[in-house]
Amino acid sequence: MPKTHNVLFRTLADPTRRALFERLCREGEQTVGALTARAGVSQPAVSKHLGILKQAGLVRDRHEGRQTHYSAQLGALAPLIDWTSQMAGFWRSRFDRLEDLLKRMDQ
Amino acid sequence: MNETSGETRAVVVERDIPYPPEKIWRALTQPHLIEEWLMKNDFDPVVGHRFNLRGDWGGVLDCEVLAVEPNKMLSYTWNFAHADAAFNLRSVVTFTLTPTSTGTRLRMEQSGFRPDQKQAYGGAKAGWQQFFAKLEQVLTRID
Repeated sequence: MPKTHNVLFRTLADPTRRALFERLCREGEQTVGALTARAGVSQPAVSKHLGILKQAGLVRDRHEGRQTHYSAQLGALAPLIDWTSQMAGFWRSRFDRLEDLLKRMDQ
Repeated sequence: MNETSGETRAVVVERDIPYPPEKIWRALTQPHLIEEWLMKNDFDPVVGHRFNLRGDWGGVLDCEVLAVEPNKMLSYTWNFAHADAAFNLRSVVTFTLTPTSTGTRLRMEQSGFRPDQKQAYGGAKAGWQQFFAKLEQVLTRID
């Protein structure tokens, strides 16, 4: 597995960290405070996790006044997401379903 | 399996299926059957017909029938509009059915992805969910 993959997997291995990253992916940019409110861990812990995500290139921070806003960097996952192999996998699984359907259909 | 041709790329999946083309054609063109193996849809095998494929992940694909040759070939666009240009997708899906001694060779070619479009495809959201689901499995295999 390439080194970048290892970094990404290791970074996302922690469930709390992965939950933070998924929230930023789904809900867009958020402050540390907003993330902490629903993270179930303390603000220093959230900040530490965000720092590790930032090192891996998975999030970006933006300072505005006294607030730090974080956003997900989907491009960082590009090494993991090779659409050609994913799409081929998608169609192969759909072909499995098609074959199952054909077995059930009348001639 | 993966091809590079000029500005765009294609995904090709082929399978030998032990049924005649006529039967497979029904599964490719009748909405209630398409739904069973692909996605919810309002498909109609008429060139120019516009329809949607609706994935269980909530994504909606914009499609238009491009070519219909009963029992032989079916082609339609497979487009996914997304606010983030990196996720926008314009592609064409073509099914080709070739009779064989044991049934049919079914070929699916999806083409039109740009080479820089590593993250984008119609099932992007589904891919994401699979990605996160698979991540935990992968994690148990690496140190």
